[in-house]
Amino acid sequence: MEKELWKGNEAIAEAAIRAGCDCFFGYPITPQSEVPEYLSLHMPQHGKVFVQAESELAAINMVYGAAGSGMRAMTSSSSPGISLKQEGITYIAAAELPCVIVNCMRGGPGLGTIQPGQGDYFQATRGGGNGDYRTVVLAPSNIQEAVDFVQEAFDIADCYRNPTMVVCDGLIGQMMEPIEWREIPKRDLPPKDWATTGKHGRDHTNIINSLYMDPEECDDHNADLEAKYKLMAEKEVRWDTKDCEDAELVITAYGTPARIALSALEALRAEGIKAGLFRPITLWPYPEKALHDLAGQDHVKAILDVEMSAGGQMIDDVRLAVEGQKPISYLGHAGGVMPTIEEIVESAKKALKEAK
Amino acid sequence: MAIVYQKSKGLTDAELHYCPGCNHGIVHKLIAEVLEEMGLLDEAIGVCPVGCSVFAYKYFNCDMQEAAHGRAPAVATGIKRTHPTQPVFTYQGDGDLASIGAAEIVHAAMRGEKFTTIFINNAIYGMTGGQMAPTTLIGQKATTCQMGRTKEQAGMPMRVSELLSTLDGCVYAERVCVTDIPHLNKAKKAIRKAFEKQMAGEGFTFVEVLSTCPTNWGMSPLKAKQWLMDNMVPYYPLGVIKETSAEVK
Amino acid sequence: MSHEPGKKEELSNMTAKVTFNSDRCKGCELCVSVCPKHIVAIDSTVINRKGYHPAAVTDISQCIACASCAKICPDSIITVEKF
Repeated sequence: MEKELWKGNEAIAEAAIRAGCDCFFGYPITPQSEVPEYLSLHMPQHGKVFVQAESELAAINMVYGAAGSGMRAMTSSSSPGISLKQEGITYIAAAELPCVIVNCMRGGPGLGTIQPGQGDYFQATRGGGNGDYRTVVLAPSNIQEAVDFVQEAFDIADCYRNPTMVVCDGLIGQMMEPIEWREIPKRDLPPKDWATTGKHGRDHTNIINSLYMDPEECDDHNADLEAKYKLMAEKEVRWDTKDCEDAELVITAYGTPARIALSALEALRAEGIKAGLFRPITLWPYPEKALHDLAGQDHVKAILDVEMSAGGQMIDDVRLAVEGQKPISYLGHAGGVMPTIEEIVESAKKALKEAK
Repeated sequence: MAIVYQKSKGLTDAELHYCPGCNHGIVHKLIAEVLEEMGLLDEAIGVCPVGCSVFAYKYFNCDMQEAAHGRAPAVATGIKRTHPTQPVFTYQGDGDLASIGAAEIVHAAMRGEKFTTIFINNAIYGMTGGQMAPTTLIGQKATTCQMGRTKEQAGMPMRVSELLSTLDGCVYAERVCVTDIPHLNKAKKAIRKAFEKQMAGEGFTFVEVLSTCPTNWGMSPLKAKQWLMDNMVPYYPLGVIKETSAEVK
Repeated sequence: MSHEPGKKEELSNMTAKVTFNSDRCKGCELCVSVCPKHIVAIDSTVINRKGYHPAAVTDISQCIACASCAKICPDSIITVEKF
C-alpha cells in the first residue's frame, strides 16, 4: 500500500471521514484546530454535517443530540476544551450513546501552554465528569496509530453504546509522517433501534435520558453500566511491549514519550543495559494484569515511568498494577518540555542502581 | 355525538406531575395539538430541559431527548442538522434558557438553526424551589433576593424575545400567554406559525410564553393569572416581536 | 351535584356532554375562571384520590359546549361532546 505524508490533525480528521462520521461539532483551540478546519471543508463535500459550535461545551451537546438520533458523531479539542466537555461526556455515557472524542493534549493546568502535554490522563481515565462511568481511551504514539484508532473508535463506540476517547499529545497532532490508509476490520454492530429518529409508525416513543429519580431504578441502571464496563475491560484492553523478555529495567510510557523511550532502549542496550518498554495502548482499560505479571518476573529489577506531566498521572496506574513488587521511579516534565533520550537513559541507570 | 374537545394524541397517558394550575400542562398540550393537527407527530423530535419540565419526555407522544441544563439548543442543533426535514423543538424554562443556556440559545438563533424553541417565562426558578431567574421582576421576591430584586444587585430582567430578535437567523419571535381563552388561542396560533416557518425552512423560530408559577409566587393559580397580567405583561409586552416573511428573505 | 370519588363524571343536556376525569383533577380552578356561563365549580364535598377537591359542571343544561374549560385544563382531564 502506498504511503502518504500527512499532518497528524488532518489525518485524524480524514480518518473520521473514512470511518463514516456523519457529523462533526468542534471549536478552535491550539493544537487541534486543524481538525475542525479540515472537516469544515471536507464534511460538506461528502454531504456530511459540520458545525463550528459556540464553545466546546456546546459542541459536546451537539454530539449528544446527533448521537442520540442515531448518527456517527465526533468532536475534538485540547485539554482546556476537554475540561469543558466533561458535562457532555458523562451525560453521553449515562444515556449510553456512541461518539468519538479526540483530545490533542497540551500542557496545563488551567490555560497552561499550547505545547504538548500528558496531564489529562486522570481526566480521561478517572472520568472528569460526575458519576460512575468509563470510556475506552486509546493512546496512539504515532500518526499511523492515530488514524487507525480514530477509525476503530467509531466501531468501539457503536459496539458498546459508549463514548470512546482518542488521546494524542499535541506533537502527534502537529507533526507530519508517512502513513497508510489501512482497511480497518469492521465489527458486527447492532442496529440503533433505540435512537430518536422520529416514531415513523413505531408503536412507542424513543427517549434519550440520563435521569433516574427512583433509587432502585438508578441502582439498576448503574449496575447495567458496570456490567458493560466489565465487558469492555475484558475485551478492549491493549498494550505493546518491546524487549521485555529479559529486561531488568522496564520503562512504562505512552504516546510521544514512548517513542522517545524506544530510542532510549537502543542507547541503553548499546551500553549493555537490559531495558524494555511496556506501552499501554488503552489507558482505560489499563493493562494491569499484563504489567503486574511482567513486574513479577525475576529478571525485572526496576520500573521507570516517563510522562509529559509534572508528577505523573499514569504512574498511579503503574503503581496499582505493579502492587509493590518492584521499585518505581519517575521522570517527567510539564509545559511541553520533552523528556530527552539522554535523560531517560540517565534516569534508567539511576533506577537500576537504586534497585540493586 | 361529535367530539368538541378531547385530549390530544400528541400527549401520552402519563399523569402530569406539575403543580395545580401550572401553565406547563397548558403549553404542552398546545404544542401536542399543533403537532397532531399538522400531522407531524411521527416525525417530531423534542428536547426537554432541566427544570420543572425535566420529565416532559414522559408527556409528549414523540421521540424526545433530555438535555443537560441550558444545552437544549445545542442538542437540537445536533438533531436538526442531521435530520433536516423533520420538525425539532426545544422546550425550556427561564433558568435553562436565559441563564445557564444563554450562549446556546443566542448562537442557535445566530446560526438560524431551523428548530422551534418554546420558552416558558415564569420569572422564577420553579424546580429548585423559587430562586431568582434572569426574568424575575424588579421588586419581586425570590429565595435568592428575599428583599425583592434590585437593579443594583442583579440588573434589570432580561427580555429574551427582543434580544434574539436582533439576530438575523431568528425569523420569528412572539410573546404570548395562556391566562384565558383568547390569549390561549393566540398562543396556539403562534406555536403553529413557528412550526410552519420551521417546516418551510425559514430559520429559527421562538415563542415566549409568559407563565404562572403559583407555588413559588406564593399564590393560588387564579391570583397568579392576575399577577401575571398586572405585573409581567407591562414589562414583557405581548405580541409579535419579530416576523420575517419568506418573500422579504 | 354529587359523584363518587374515583369515578368519571358524565353530565349531559340536549346538546352538550362534559366528562371530567375527576381522579386527575388538581382543583386549580382555571376551568372555573374561563367558563362563560359560570357553570363550572369546585365541589368541596368531594376529595379525589390525589387529595384535591375536583371541579365539575354545576348545571349542564346551561352548557354551550364551547370547551373553554377543556382547553385551559392543564391536565387535559375534560372531554366535551355535542349532539
